[in-house]
Amino acid sequence: MNAMSKPDTPVLELRGVSKVYSVKQGLMGARKPLRAVNDVNLTLGRSEVLGLVGESGCGKSTLAKILLGLEAPTSGEVLVDGEAIGSHDRLKLARRIQPIFQDPYSSLNPRKSIAEIISLPLRVHGIGDHASQTKAVREILDVVGLPARVMNTYPSQMSGGQRQRVAIARALIMKPEIVICDEPTSALDVSVQSQILNLLGELRREFGLTYLFISHNLAVVEHLATRVAVMYLGRIVEEAETGALFDASRHPYSRALLDSVLTPEPGLGVPDTHLGAAYPNPINPPPGCAFHPRCASATAFCAARAPRPVASGDGLVECHLYDPETEMFQR
Amino acid sequence: MSEPLLCVRNLNIDIPVGGGTLHAVRGIDFELQRGEVLSIVGESGSGKSLTSLALMGLLGKRIDRRADRMDFDGIDLTRAGKRQMRALRGDRMSMIFQEPMTSLNPAYTIGDQLAEALLLHRNVSRQQARDRAVELLEKVGITAAASRLGQYPHQLSGGLRQRVMIAMALMCGPELIIADEPTTALDVTIQAQILRLLVDLVREMDMAMILITHDLGVVARVADKVAVMYAGELVETGSAGAIFNAPSHPYTRGLLRCIPLPGRTARGAPLGTIPGIVPSLVGEIGGCVFRTRCDHAVAACHGAIPHRGEADHMFRCVHPHGHREDEETPA
Repeated sequence: MNAMSKPDTPVLELRGVSKVYSVKQGLMGARKPLRAVNDVNLTLGRSEVLGLVGESGCGKSTLAKILLGLEAPTSGEVLVDGEAIGSHDRLKLARRIQPIFQDPYSSLNPRKSIAEIISLPLRVHGIGDHASQTKAVREILDVVGLPARVMNTYPSQMSGGQRQRVAIARALIMKPEIVICDEPTSALDVSVQSQILNLLGELRREFGLTYLFISHNLAVVEHLATRVAVMYLGRIVEEAETGALFDASRHPYSRALLDSVLTPEPGLGVPDTHLGAAYPNPINPPPGCAFHPRCASATAFCAARAPRPVASGDGLVECHLYDPETEMFQR
Repeated sequence: MSEPLLCVRNLNIDIPVGGGTLHAVRGIDFELQRGEVLSIVGESGSGKSLTSLALMGLLGKRIDRRADRMDFDGIDLTRAGKRQMRALRGDRMSMIFQEPMTSLNPAYTIGDQLAEALLLHRNVSRQQARDRAVELLEKVGITAAASRLGQYPHQLSGGLRQRVMIAMALMCGPELIIADEPTTALDVTIQAQILRLLVDLVREMDMAMILITHDLGVVARVADKVAVMYAGELVETGSAGAIFNAPSHPYTRGLLRCIPLPGRTARGAPLGTIPGIVPSLVGEIGGCVFRTRCDHAVAACHGAIPHRGEADHMFRCVHPHGHREDEETPA
């Protein structure tokens, strides 16, 4: 299996995907558009892991919801294996794309047994009879490292790590191609987190799974992802191979984000990210480059003109500093 | 060295449960000087939050707290009555909780909640309390502080709410601050800002801080002293440098192997794990609590466990160097 090489047809492709919500501010306020996801283009090859990082409110989870068919994009297309998927066709999408959510305490129904929880996707899709479903549950439990005897227990009888394994089993029983992991380990203790991360890595190698891995823990993203996309106010501002992004990030926002990571090295103190101003209000995004009020390299040009995505290396970066057609270009 | 601000000796916390007594915290010793940051690190259920609540006198009525010594600036907290504790809390010792959303009262304005502690403990006018609130909001980096006083918690972002919590804890100029996971719910960028702020304030105002967290990155960057807690006991204590550069207890070493270390852990390589689960703390507990999950466990681990090392770096293990002598020195 060649995890690193790019196959011809991407398993997942997003073309100009946008999601605009109409929100009302205050009791009497007029409705205003909120661009949660703004013209996002992404391609993901088979067995790749795309880490999606950014601060809360940047649109990561909206993007995940669009991929899962829980939200329809306002414009743009989602293609799986080169085939456009009508995003409102939940059932069709759910066969190929499955989620693992953050909190295994609230994402499992406390009144259903583990067997019922894991087999629910099969029953929804009408796959097999009761006996074959039970057999499938037994097999998938073995894959995620849970003993078969947990089938008749309930979520309340399990630890956080075990619950997250159940959530992974439920996602995998449909044999999906793509798994959307939305902060899959942030509710877990470090010793359990490492077990789940190892499991996700093994499953990817074994089944050729493709992950969209959303996390605010950049050390985890660096460890697991093959590619990383940095999101800011609904746009992908930088996308690159993991090594390139972590060793030589280009966008000033990516750099600030990486500088904020507290690695367990004593004596270094807490870094100053110089990000100063708080995250902007997405209803009134700053003009020009949305990041310019927090950017140390910003000039009047950045406030006046929005940057365009520029191909660089095998990824892209959206900043005037890297656009040869602007006056900001440094070379 | 001067008399420590806080000195705890042999703290035990017992909780009556259905099947007997849960020995949640057992035999804990630590001390803290002014201007120092002590981090208590451990996984969920290790008793770190209970320890902080015990110091503040906030344990429930049914919970039994015993200590040989628990002195705060010469005041014997084990003998302090309700009235005396109430006078101390929010004045000379205060607490910052994890969830700014649930710890702020949604029905009162920020200004009212900030002023409350000062009006309770000091003989000041409303105007003076208001001025102090504005001063502190500015100190924690909130712009347009005066206009925030009339706002309600729901009108603020998570980062702003946490800053309000910090300002509130500082209203009376406390000597001891206990911060229980103060940045766990925040983005990495905001986390770095808040931690920088806390550390600067501790130095500037010569306070002492107990920082409770499970995030080893935060511990390494912020703490002067570290106490590693497992299943109700301190298994290793020492300076941050000693704990991270020469971890001695098998649990501490295991924890550090569970997290991906940028530059040191190969990307995608399996992470270390700590197999097994935390033992039940109900009923009699003897020997080393970590032995059921330890690679170095021997028969002697069932007996009394000696304290090893010097006061500036101590750990509890039957093995003089924290591992079986017949094995190679673990990395």
